[in-house]
Amino acid sequence: MKSAIIQLETLICPSCSQKIAAALKQLDGVEGESVTVSFSSSRAKLDFDETQVTLRDIENAIDRVGFEVVKSKIR
Amino acid sequence: MRKIQRAILKNKNSIALVSGVLIAAAFVVKWTGGPVLFTHVALIMASILGLIPIAIQAWQSLRVKVVSIDVLVTLAVAGAFAIQNFEESAVVTFLFLFGAYLEQRTLNKTRSAIKALTEMAPDTAWKRMEDGNFVEVDIVDVDIGDVLLVKTGARVPVDGRVLFGEGSVNEASITGESMPAAKEKNSLVYAGTLLDNGTLQIEADRVGEDTTFGKIIELVEEAQDSKSRAERFIDRFSRYYTPAILLTALLVWFFTKNVELAITILVLGCPGALVIGVPVSNVAGIGNGAAHGILLKGSEVIRDFSRLDRMVFDKTGTLTAGNPSVSEKIVYGDQADQALSLLASIEAESDHPLAKAVLENIGEVPRSEVTATHVVKGGGIVSSAGGHVVLVGNAALMQSEGVELSQAVQTDLLRLEAAGNSLVLAAVDGELKVLMGIRDQVRPGVRESLERIKRLGVKKLIMLSGDNQGTVDVIARELGLTKALGKMLPQDKSAYIKERIDRGEIIAFVGDGVNDSPSLALAQIGIAMGSGTEVAIETSNVVLMNSDFNRLPHALGLAKATVRNMTQNMVIAVGVVFALLASVLFGDWMNMSIGMLVHEGSILAVILNGMRLLGYKLRK
Repeated sequence: MKSAIIQLETLICPSCSQKIAAALKQLDGVEGESVTVSFSSSRAKLDFDETQVTLRDIENAIDRVGFEVVKSKIR
Repeated sequence: MRKIQRAILKNKNSIALVSGVLIAAAFVVKWTGGPVLFTHVALIMASILGLIPIAIQAWQSLRVKVVSIDVLVTLAVAGAFAIQNFEESAVVTFLFLFGAYLEQRTLNKTRSAIKALTEMAPDTAWKRMEDGNFVEVDIVDVDIGDVLLVKTGARVPVDGRVLFGEGSVNEASITGESMPAAKEKNSLVYAGTLLDNGTLQIEADRVGEDTTFGKIIELVEEAQDSKSRAERFIDRFSRYYTPAILLTALLVWFFTKNVELAITILVLGCPGALVIGVPVSNVAGIGNGAAHGILLKGSEVIRDFSRLDRMVFDKTGTLTAGNPSVSEKIVYGDQADQALSLLASIEAESDHPLAKAVLENIGEVPRSEVTATHVVKGGGIVSSAGGHVVLVGNAALMQSEGVELSQAVQTDLLRLEAAGNSLVLAAVDGELKVLMGIRDQVRPGVRESLERIKRLGVKKLIMLSGDNQGTVDVIARELGLTKALGKMLPQDKSAYIKERIDRGEIIAFVGDGVNDSPSLALAQIGIAMGSGTEVAIETSNVVLMNSDFNRLPHALGLAKATVRNMTQNMVIAVGVVFALLASVLFGDWMNMSIGMLVHEGSILAVILNGMRLLGYKLRK
């Protein structure tokens, strides 16, 4: 189980965080409960099973709902 | 497909601009009596152009099963098209896109303080390669143990030790001290600090987010993330609000067949100002704090901090400098210099805590050889130096050794003691020569800061200290404290705090972190004077990053201002929602365009109000 912290472009709309959170939760291997998207800092945090989903998959999911990933790191 | 989508979304601002121009042109033509066809075509083009990015966002949102404002706006615009109201469709898309542009600009401004902080951490470093040359690499490629070159004017990229070279470093970003720190071989340097002059080769001890600076940045960002109960409630609320509005609009349309009314309702379907209102104040407040060396760890902390009516202070190192020093020196009779020189000679060999203060005060003087020393318990030292018999100690020692203390001396003794000093007397050959009063001095500015804190509504100021009650009482009087308790060991302090918390009080504890950790952790608001001590930063809720006690009034004032700001934003947001609903139900001047205008306006109002916090300064 790994944790990812993803820095996004500046979020400007309240439903932005909702879309991103929903997209992430729907990925297999992402622990739904752990997903948090902070509007204030434009960061998404989540725990995921690296055997089921990769950081690349996660970034793609975010891209698919229309947001740019500025930087991401794994712990 | 996705590439096209991304390209369109990236160019939202240009689309908005073109759309705006088309609309302006359309209206100009209309008002000057030009061809209606032109107006219609222009408006239709503007509508379609503006709708494209919005529709894409709506589609992306629906794919993850979220009903977002984009979905509602798309439907509204489609509805407007259906009833051939092209003015509305064009204006609404334009306002939505333009609003997003303004929001982005202003929100970026709000984050500017925090951005300035994170930008102080360099993202490249000059690393020594195997061949001995230095190459500029990305900061993520730096490992522990790497040798790095730091050039004049550059920021230190990691925490480490100097291997070679010397220079002076401005450590303001970590300690707030603008006095440059001299660095040479084996000195420690910290990431984020500025090498004013000189060149250093350093070995990396900690990199990236493990550096002291990295930890501070992480804390600032996490502070922004932390949501208060109110925010979490608003988040949950908004998740149901938007679909509910969609449903309402559909029902209204179904029952009244009034498309105009239905699409107007759709446009009101996002509690934008409410959801943004609280976080924006939070970010601005935390940003202002960070720019002033204050770390407020989250909106819940800010709220509790603003409501305080009492504070508990540790004395040593917080209210006082932590270093005893001579507050007054009196010499009697002649040959004062000789007496001081003898005193210095003896204190130089003493381990007594007050010796250091005495030596600092006397300074550089010729020293004599100390030939004999005899310690008298509870009294001081009897010794021979430079051919004289010298006594150094308290009044009791003087009396037992037969040194006469005149009336004048006794007056001085009483006066110094009453002022909370510890006394050191020195007699040479049976005559009293020197009297020194030594105290742990109160830090400059503390009294005024405490006054300001009281004026901000914290009426009860309590001090805890390990010193004796007498000393403590003197300071309490001097600083205007409500209560002062002495002879407290660290565990007594935390027990005291626990007791008050159990009685239902909200306690803030201000300490310097080193041995105050339990108390800092216990108090609801732990305030640490943490110039880098990690334990302090971790366990406390508010950190005065440069250990400057006098920032505390600003921190308190800022917390109150932030809470006021959040309340203002919520009032604006809720007020606007009610006003809009009322005008839809009861008035008939409301239409989709006006609804969108007010909606975007309220969001901007809330952001701009939040931005005011960035410039907050405590009035004198």
